[in-house]
Amino acid sequence: MSKTVRFITKNFGKYDVSSIGSYMECGGFDALKKAITLSGEEIAAIVAEAKIKGRGGAAYDMGRKLAQAKSVIAEKKVVICNADEGEPCTFKDRMLLENDPFNLIESMIIAGYTVDAEDGYIYLREEYCHLRPLLLNAIRQARTYGFLGTNILGKGFNFEIHLYSGAGAYVCGEGTALIESIEGKAGRPRMKPPFIKQCGLYNRPTCVNNVESLSLLSHILLDENKEYQTYGMGDSIGTKLISVAGNVKNPGVFEIPFGTTVREIVYDLAGGIDGDRPIRLLQFGGASGKIASSKILDTPYTYEDLKRSGVTVGSGAILIIDDRTSLIEFLQSTQEFFSHESCGQCTPCREGNRHMKLFLQKLADGTHTEKDIASMKKIAKLMAMSSLCGLGETAQSALVSAINQFEDVFHVKSSEVQG
Amino acid sequence: MSLSLIKNYVLTKELATKIDLILAAHENDGSQLVGILLDIQELIPNHYIPEEIAYYLAEKLDVKITNIYDCITFYSSLSTTPRAKYPIQICNSIVCKVNQNDTIFTTLKELLGIDLNEVTYDGRFTLESVTCFGACDMAPAVRINGKVYGYLTNKAKIENLLSELI
Repeated sequence: MSKTVRFITKNFGKYDVSSIGSYMECGGFDALKKAITLSGEEIAAIVAEAKIKGRGGAAYDMGRKLAQAKSVIAEKKVVICNADEGEPCTFKDRMLLENDPFNLIESMIIAGYTVDAEDGYIYLREEYCHLRPLLLNAIRQARTYGFLGTNILGKGFNFEIHLYSGAGAYVCGEGTALIESIEGKAGRPRMKPPFIKQCGLYNRPTCVNNVESLSLLSHILLDENKEYQTYGMGDSIGTKLISVAGNVKNPGVFEIPFGTTVREIVYDLAGGIDGDRPIRLLQFGGASGKIASSKILDTPYTYEDLKRSGVTVGSGAILIIDDRTSLIEFLQSTQEFFSHESCGQCTPCREGNRHMKLFLQKLADGTHTEKDIASMKKIAKLMAMSSLCGLGETAQSALVSAINQFEDVFHVKSSEVQG
Repeated sequence: MSLSLIKNYVLTKELATKIDLILAAHENDGSQLVGILLDIQELIPNHYIPEEIAYYLAEKLDVKITNIYDCITFYSSLSTTPRAKYPIQICNSIVCKVNQNDTIFTTLKELLGIDLNEVTYDGRFTLESVTCFGACDMAPAVRINGKVYGYLTNKAKIENLLSELI
């Protein structure tokens, strides 16, 4: 029987989420008090030692990101919490916001202190608007207690947090698009370079981090005994929040030590498949993630092992589909999502998605040819290499991995082979 | 019922005052346009941004009308056309799909007598197909005016839900 861990989720259910006093009684803001005794570089080094990778999906080394942000010489730097969690099948950040909102506020203040930022922004997706009062209350109470404002804890450190809302656009989970949205415009991604660490929100140096990544900050700083490092496997140290859903009996968010096998996740934690049916496929990392067959069940959930098996951790989502849904139905649903969410700026993504949708319909109708399959592979490669942002780059991840893992579905019946 | 039969909205003095309060709460800052539009949309009974109000905002915030419409048309949560008192947003993403969200689509179309993006004769309900809003642990789910209703696996639960919404 595999187990879940309570490191990131240690505060869940331990305090009244509307009361800062209640939060402080179980150690709230101790991490901030410790942080201000250290330098920004020291904090970044602690994060780097724990090998924490960004938990929004891009998995960029967080310690390195913080160190880089700290080293930028400028006034009025910005830290942003990306709470746009738009990846389908991903709801772990929602859990963190619902159950430990003060931790996010504290961690943002620590992040601001680490990189010398004056302003923090939380960009909360519109679909989580029911959490706005909770966060606004936490911000207000933190200000009342002197954890926000000027000269915080007497250290001459000024920091404010502003809560912004998204308005229903998956692409605003991308850093530059998010910034465009905060600036009051449509959320269309910007060309990079310049990178947002130099030129981001209002052209100020900006450091964007995911909710889960930030929430780790306070726990790691207080982890004197390095309990976090006792979990994990190989280079995947510590624990991860995963959101498991689809055709499972017990969908939900679980905090697992890295190294837990996929089988343990699906059958022990998520209770197995509805009606004990056979698995059609698993998708890792949300709609932009690659897929695998049930052959992946015995693979340990780590960055390296998943990569070897042809998938990635991504947003931490794990979707399991049983045999009632066909691969093509799944691919068409995924394509609908990206066709809808593409911002339309760049040709590879806009036209690529449009044509892939048409090709997939041919596949569904059984009228596809060898040439069509070759075109699909070519377009997918083109999109991955030349799209303006991550949405276009990863929109066809599921399809490409499907062609690898389930090639018989793409075979053309011999009577239809044409030049 | 076709949306074009609904009369154009009139910007009354009372409404203008409420809008001014929202603008003040956002420091009359044009860069807070997205939040401003969302707050205004909540004020309007049919949850959309009438043309008159878009022009009013352009003037008050000193923002180009094209930028205002760029925002409204870009974001899925904002609408240029009247919706309903209770827009029923049905999740169309893969998790809800494999959890038989077609039951919700067919049942609601049948019970309300409308198709997607149509409004009931009394302006109470409209049906919208939307992308994932993070309620995957409660699939299949719908969202109505910011509140999530999950586990809608059969007709009885859906009928129950409608009866709550007056």
